[in-house]
Parts: sequence; structure tokens; C-alpha cells
Amino acid sequence: MLTPENMAAIKLSLELAACVTLILLIFGTPLAWWLARSESSWTAPVGAVVALPLVLPPTVLGFYLLLAMGPSGYLGQLTATLGLGTLPFTFSGLVVGSCLYSLPFVVQPIQIAFQSIGNRPLEIAAILGASPIDRFITVALPLAKPGFLTATILGFAHTIGEFGVVLMIGGNIPNETRVVSVQMYDHVEALAYDQAHPLAAAMVLLSFLTLLVLYFYQKVRGRAKTNFGVSI
Amino acid sequence: MTEMLKKNTRTSITVQLKQGKEIKHNFSLDIDTHLSDPGVVGIFGESGSGKTTFLRSFAGLLKLPSAVISFNDEVWQNDQIFVPTHKRSIGYVFQEDGLLPHLTVQQNLDYAVRRKRKVSMEGLYNKVVSILNIESLLSALPDQLSGGERQRVSIARSLLQQPRILLMDEPLASLDEKRKREILPYLERVSKQFVIPILYVSHSVEEIARLADYVLVFKQGRIVEEGSPNSVFAKENPFIGLSDEVGVVLDGVISAWDEIWELSTVSTDCGDLLIPKAGTVVGTTIRVRILAKDVSLMETPESKSSILNQLSADVLELSRDQNTAMSLVNLRVKSAHLVARISRKSIDQLKIAPGKSLWVQIKAAAVLN
Repeated sequence: MLTPENMAAIKLSLELAACVTLILLIFGTPLAWWLARSESSWTAPVGAVVALPLVLPPTVLGFYLLLAMGPSGYLGQLTATLGLGTLPFTFSGLVVGSCLYSLPFVVQPIQIAFQSIGNRPLEIAAILGASPIDRFITVALPLAKPGFLTATILGFAHTIGEFGVVLMIGGNIPNETRVVSVQMYDHVEALAYDQAHPLAAAMVLLSFLTLLVLYFYQKVRGRAKTNFGVSI
Repeated sequence: MTEMLKKNTRTSITVQLKQGKEIKHNFSLDIDTHLSDPGVVGIFGESGSGKTTFLRSFAGLLKLPSAVISFNDEVWQNDQIFVPTHKRSIGYVFQEDGLLPHLTVQQNLDYAVRRKRKVSMEGLYNKVVSILNIESLLSALPDQLSGGERQRVSIARSLLQQPRILLMDEPLASLDEKRKREILPYLERVSKQFVIPILYVSHSVEEIARLADYVLVFKQGRIVEEGSPNSVFAKENPFIGLSDEVGVVLDGVISAWDEIWELSTVSTDCGDLLIPKAGTVVGTTIRVRILAKDVSLMETPESKSSILNQLSADVLELSRDQNTAMSLVNLRVKSAHLVARISRKSIDQLKIAPGKSLWVQIKAAAVLN
């Protein structure tokens, strides 16, 4: 059914999404915590920057990233001095671009989950002798679990679905940057509908199953506690 | 068991809080209090009088600038120092939602036990679980419990922490009357069996009269009155507006039980009182509350009266009542004080004045425990 090229593209998409989701969960969690709890006046501008990818056309984001990561950009010069070469048209470049693009889809559900916990459980934990780190690990994280599930699924799904940023900074290199969305575009451009069909169907099925797991989980919990915060 | 838990250290608490209206609109705070070995401190006042702010500052949940808070030999807050909540040896019972919602009752208790600053006292766990009667609740999640059950678990958990002071912020306010009456005996047992200072915030005269050894009355961010429950609640207070709740509490011991008439004899500082079913076990200590509206006065003892308790008394002073037709009469009965609320007309007819000897009838005495 699926040609080796299509399989390679699916594999690459899954790898990219897994990497991006993992990185965003690690770095997005403290950011979400800060956005949710800090009384600093910086939360507003930082929150707006985090939300930017929601409204920006992906090509605009991709354009700036391309400039920044290119040989004459700040990021490109940094990576070059570090001996990493330049990032555009590499898998690492895709990871960087996708992280920025999917940032709000991971940060916002976690931030909303942290906000909905309120002060009380953390105050209780403090009274019971828990240090701030202890409170974060034993109270905030478990109570925000539904937010983390939503963030993981949205971050993963959104990275798989992206196209504009990938095209701008990744190009179309087999096994390096040719992910499913680009592959689909290629197939349709080449009028190779026989190739496009199974790939498209596979993606629909995969996406549906992922969301099904999420919605079943919500139902089992009895209450729709999972906050999407943002729409896909 | 009780002896084992007794602590011999003396307690001393200093709290100075100041907050101008410019910081928080319509609310200013000016508290400067020092308490020494107070036992159970009842912090009384209407909502918005600053009592919760006082408690939260003491716990370190609220950081007011220029506050000074010290407990025994430790400074918890001053210009240089702020000891965070998790390093203060306190227990805190919130008005409601005081349990960690993602943990079962057992896990809530364990959370406290694992983080406490002291080595566990042998048998404490079982004692606390049985005193608060929460054995059957251990595997439940907080939202499967009733409000009263949650408060009992909160109280149990705060005791397992073995804190040096226990703070309670309206622990019964979220409960209906029936549940309140269920929990009050537990609170009494706690204050008797675990000798630990308690700061108990409430707007209920009954709760404070029942539990407190010392009362602070808060009004608009200030302490306007303080003293023993009897000195605070035995007169009409312009700051509180007690009205029907003016009265005294007396501590007594059951000295006899009459099975036929089902009457207990309670020995108090004002003599023996006959109280229906106050308790059957001789030697039990109880606290009774006698409200001013339930005390009447007469010149000679009445042999043909339905009222059982008649005692001879001396008038100490008269004071105003909120109701201008009524007056409050402060009396000495043996070594205790009682207060009677009678009409001004009766005062005139009986020629009641300080120094006069007469008889009191006690129509009702509420047994508080």
C-alpha cells in the first residue's frame, strides 16, 4: 500500500513530532509555570510572544527563521562557531522551527492547567512542610496532568500537521526534511494521486486514533477537565 | 496518653501588623499583640475585620510589609527576616477545601507525616485517627467526603504534623448546624488531649465561648477587646453587638447523678447546679454556658418555683443592654460571676443597685461539652 518513500516520510514526521513534543514539554513547563504564577508585568508581553505562532502565517515565521539560521543570521553564526554548520535544510533546523511553531500548543494548555489549580493546594502543601520544588512536583504536576496530556497530543499533532514552516526552512530532502505534509504536496503537484491517497488516508486514521485516545481519557475521568485552551 | 503529649515549653506569640488604606482600599490594619501561654485563643470578629489576614500573616501565607511576627524564641518575620511557610512549625485548618484533592485521605495524612520536622510519637497516628473517627474514610478521595468529614480529616492531618501551634480559620463556618454540632466535640477533645496552643478564628460567639481560654475581638483591622471569654462576653459590647448571646461560661465537675429524675449535679464556682442530663459519670469536667437572658432575679428564694437552680447573689454593677428597655446586671455568686438581663422596670421595682443581695434563678444552662 504505502511506498517506501511514503513510509520514510511518515517515519520522519513521527520522529520530528516526538522530538519537538519532548523538547517543548521540558522547556515549556517552566515557562507555563512562570506565565501562570508570576506577578511580574513581563508575563503579558511574553505570553503574547508565545501566542504569536497562533496568528502568524507559518511562512512569515519560516522566513524569519530562515534568515536567522542562515550563514549571515545571528543564529547561523552561532551554530557555525559552535561547529554545527547552519541549520536550514537539516532535520535539526526543522526541530528548531517546529518548536517555535508548536510552542503555544504545548505551553497554553499547561499554563491553563496550572492556573486552574489555584493557590489553595499549594498553600496546603506549604503548611504541611513542602518546599517550593516539592510542592511543584507533588502537587502542581499531578493536578495539572490533564493539561499535560492535552499539551502532548496537541503539540505532537500540530507538529505533524505543519507545512509552511517546514517548506521555508526544511525544503524537500528525502529522509532529512521531507515530512508527510511536504510529501503530500509533492504527490499532488506531480498529479500522483495513487500515491497521495494511501498517505492521506493513513494520516487521517492516525490523527483520528490519537484524538480518540484523548477523548476517551476525558470521558473516563468523568469531567471534561482537559482544557484545550487553543483550537487546532 | 494525655500526659505523654503534653509540652512543657511556654508559648509566646508576638504579632504586629500594619497596613494603610492606601495599600488596600477601604481596609486598614493595625494590630500589635503579645500573647503569653494563652491556650486556645479565640479570634472573634465579623467578616472583613482582619482576622483571616492576621492568621494568614502568622502562617506566612501572606507577606505584609513591615510586619513583625515571632513565635517563642523564633522570629518569623521582621524587616530582615521572612521565614517561609514550609519552615514554620504550624498546622492550619482552612475553612473548606483543606485537603489535597488528588490524594486519598490516607495519602493526605502521609503527606504530612513524611514532611514533618519531628520524629513520630509512638501511637500518635492511631490516636489521632481514632479521636477524629476517620478510620473508615482512609481510602476515600476528598470529593467523596462530606464537608464535615473533610474538616475532620484536615484536623487530623494538622495534628499528625505535630506542629508547635495550630491555626484554625473558621473550621466550622462552611458546615450546617447539624455538622457543626458533630465536629465541635472533636475540637474540644483536640484542645484537651493535645496540649498545643491554638489560634481559633470564628465569628460565632458560641464556638469561641465553648473552646477559647482567651479571646481577641477584631473590628475593622484592630483588636478592640481582649480577655477571658467571661470578661468579653459577659457584657454588652459596643463593638460586637452580642444581644441575646451575652452570658458567661462556667467550668464545672459532675459531682452526682440522679437516675430517677435524670439530673446531674454540677459543681461550679457559683455552687452546685442541677442540670438535666449534663452527664452521668461523676468526676467528668464540663463547661456550661449561662446566658444573661436565662437568669432572673428575686428578693427572696421562691420555694414554689419550677426553676431548680436558685442561688444567692450580690449585685456588682449594672450596665446597658442593646435593647434600651433592658439592662444587664453583673452579679457575684460565690466566687463566680453571672450576668442577668432584666427589664429596667424590674430594676426599679426591686431597687437593684450595686451591693444589694438577692437571689438568682437560672432557667437554663447549656452544656457545652
